Amino acid sequence: MFRWMRRGYQLVFLALFFYLVLVTTASLIGGTPVWWFLAFDPLVALATALASRSLYHHLLWALPLIVVTLVFGRWFCGWICPLGVLHHAIGWAARPRKAAQRLELNRWRRLYQTKYLVLLAMLGAAALGSTQIGLLDPIAFTWRALATSIVPAIDNSAFGLYQGERHFHASTLIAALFAVALALNLWLPRLFCRMFCPLGALLGLMSKLSLFRLVREPSVCKDCNLCGVDCAGAAEPHGTLRATECLLCMNCVYGCPRSGISYRFLPAPDLVTDRLDLGRRRWVMAAVAGAAAVPLARASDGVEPRPHPLRVRPPGAAAEQEFLARCIKCGACMKVCPTAALQPALHEAGLEGLWSPILVARLGYCEQACVLCGQVCPTGAIRHLTVSEKVGQPPHQEPVRIGTAFIDRGRCLPWAMDTECIVCEEVCPTSPKAIHFKLAEVVTRDGSTRQLKQPYVDPTRCWGCGVCETRCPVSDQAAIRITSVGESRDPRNRLLLGRDKV
Amino acid sequence: MSGRDQQASAPPRVYTRRQAIGRVAATSAAALAALGLGAGLLGRRDRSSGVERRVIRDHRVARSAGAVELAIARGPDAAANVRRAIAALGGIEAFVRRGESVAIKPNVGWNRLAEQAANTNPEVVAEVVRLCLGAGSGAVWVTDYSVNDPERCFVRSGIAAAASAAGARVVLPDKSGFREVAAGGEILQAVDVLWPLVDADRVINLPCVKQHGLSLATLSLKNWYGAIGGHRVRLHQDIHRSIVDLAALFKPTLTVLDATRVLTANGPSGGSLDDVERLDTVAAGVDEVALDAWGCTLLGLVPTDVGFVAEAQRRGLGRADFRSLRVEEIAG
Repeated sequence: MFRWMRRGYQLVFLALFFYLVLVTTASLIGGTPVWWFLAFDPLVALATALASRSLYHHLLWALPLIVVTLVFGRWFCGWICPLGVLHHAIGWAARPRKAAQRLELNRWRRLYQTKYLVLLAMLGAAALGSTQIGLLDPIAFTWRALATSIVPAIDNSAFGLYQGERHFHASTLIAALFAVALALNLWLPRLFCRMFCPLGALLGLMSKLSLFRLVREPSVCKDCNLCGVDCAGAAEPHGTLRATECLLCMNCVYGCPRSGISYRFLPAPDLVTDRLDLGRRRWVMAAVAGAAAVPLARASDGVEPRPHPLRVRPPGAAAEQEFLARCIKCGACMKVCPTAALQPALHEAGLEGLWSPILVARLGYCEQACVLCGQVCPTGAIRHLTVSEKVGQPPHQEPVRIGTAFIDRGRCLPWAMDTECIVCEEVCPTSPKAIHFKLAEVVTRDGSTRQLKQPYVDPTRCWGCGVCETRCPVSDQAAIRITSVGESRDPRNRLLLGRDKV
Repeated sequence: MSGRDQQASAPPRVYTRRQAIGRVAATSAAALAALGLGAGLLGRRDRSSGVERRVIRDHRVARSAGAVELAIARGPDAAANVRRAIAALGGIEAFVRRGESVAIKPNVGWNRLAEQAANTNPEVVAEVVRLCLGAGSGAVWVTDYSVNDPERCFVRSGIAAAASAAGARVVLPDKSGFREVAAGGEILQAVDVLWPLVDADRVINLPCVKQHGLSLATLSLKNWYGAIGGHRVRLHQDIHRSIVDLAALFKPTLTVLDATRVLTANGPSGGSLDDVERLDTVAAGVDEVALDAWGCTLLGLVPTDVGFVAEAQRRGLGRADFRSLRVEEIAG
């Protein structure tokens, strides 16, 4: 009965999560706070605050969950986490029939301490300005997989919930990792949660202080071990219950034939333990390794010394260092982008920027009057612009520039093939147009002359939306392409001399 | 049931009241700390609007009425030319007082030998350093943001060795070696400036005379291009106004223009000795525009034909008609 209550909560939160992901699209989003799950994730708040020395206002949602966890334990993991529900369900479906076998699967193992080292390493990296928690944080992990692979895969082939097909750069890799995380349950149930989840580790650490805990009453216990048969967190309810591992799934409570396990305020200290037995040296080593990884990664050429030409960030994106401190690679911006122009980066933003959003103009372009990516960003890596700020209407003097278009005269039809075209000029959204043409008289192969309109880019008007590249009829590699130069957010990546900082 | 209870081993230890209060207090403290930290960090970065920018001081000194404004010394010994030119202006003591720190900004733009005349002559640099220290100055820093690899430029030009031997500290540009400074120019709003030029009590501009493809000449005003970092190659898009923006920003105590060897073609990097003319001349003054106008004549240019000279005069930074100044020429 109570078990079904937990399942009910799990299903409700899973449904809410799916709902928020699915409405993250221009036509359905309205003012829905689709960032909500990401925003009340304490790990997102902690890591981005550590890395950016600032807390984005959405992330205030994390504070109540921190307080709840400190007082009551890891309810989030057992009752709310959408990835936890999926793991739980798969583990349950694949469970062996015999109780003895399940007892064996659900006993505590030393390898479950790994998650604390993962957490420490990620916080070490965050302390030096590189937020990497999004790689494994369950909410960001699930968001990314849904946004860039699972939802598009289903929608492209079956439903048609969204207009047009959506494709994401190398998202197969994201889907495969998600599949592996789920498949781990076939080996040991909730293995991702128990072994890798840095959010679980953080909430586990908070649970060291929890005042309410599950506890076994030894005077009632007949040592039947039924409490450990379905323990989701491998928290050893029949031993000295590990408060840091306990997900409060309550299976031990339901499993006990003598009602010998209860959830109590400050239970006797020798029945519950909050020790991790991890050793201080390993803590320090993990944190140092994570911190050291940042200068090591930055010794490569991913972030410094030059901006990558294809690292075209969404409009309103913070300057790169600040961006890397805030972006959790959740993919919400990619999900909402109406043209699917925002794509998970592979190498373009360095190893650190893996799966952070870049605009790939061959696939889509930045709609001039759209600021949805900033609206959905949970961490302020992309600022929520107003449309007038984005396009540079008064009092704003300049549009927000994300890059600049360059014409490849060797591929351009009027420049190289004596063929009329000028699609780029037609679709250019700025007014007056950033792409203009000059009439040229060319002598064709057969000796006749003809007049052609040859396109030019005016870099004072171009803000890098990329629609010219998207629509260029040279359908493989476009004859006009966007690179990041000229982006407003980086003074070192300006093209023109203007009234600004040199 | 009660029988089993009695059989059980020692009953579990319970918290004393003091321990229980301690547990509750610890948890409450952690919760309050989380809330407090969250409130404290809320929107911190989103609130701040830009970095604080410094301003560069006016490093000029008051000149006595009737003092020589432009001194030109010719002779085979470059160091002697420096001494005599500065002496004609009233001596180094008129510019640098006891204990004051001095930043010297030679042109060390290129990985070239002194003979190739792409950089300020090392003898000239060393002599200015010696004069400052001789006047009892504090620290003397010699710095430039070279175009080629700075370390190679400073070494191969001979300036690192000459300046160090004379007692100066050579300051090479590195990532943390710049200060953001408000520029307030027609184009330049802010620039990153080599720290000695911001921090020093006195600043001496120490350029050389060279031909330049875009701006026609590299002289005193153009030498400030080497004082800044950032994405400065963009300045070429409006080089004359940019140079004057920089020149209006830096107000040096003294300028010594080195024409010991003059690079007359293929500048400003040069390379061939065929393009080098030996003039054995050093000029010193406090009017950079006048000095540059004089320097233009060495390159066969009409000063007001050179955009940045004309623009600097228009903005009131100095007088291009250098002959109308109080000039003293000293022959060797």
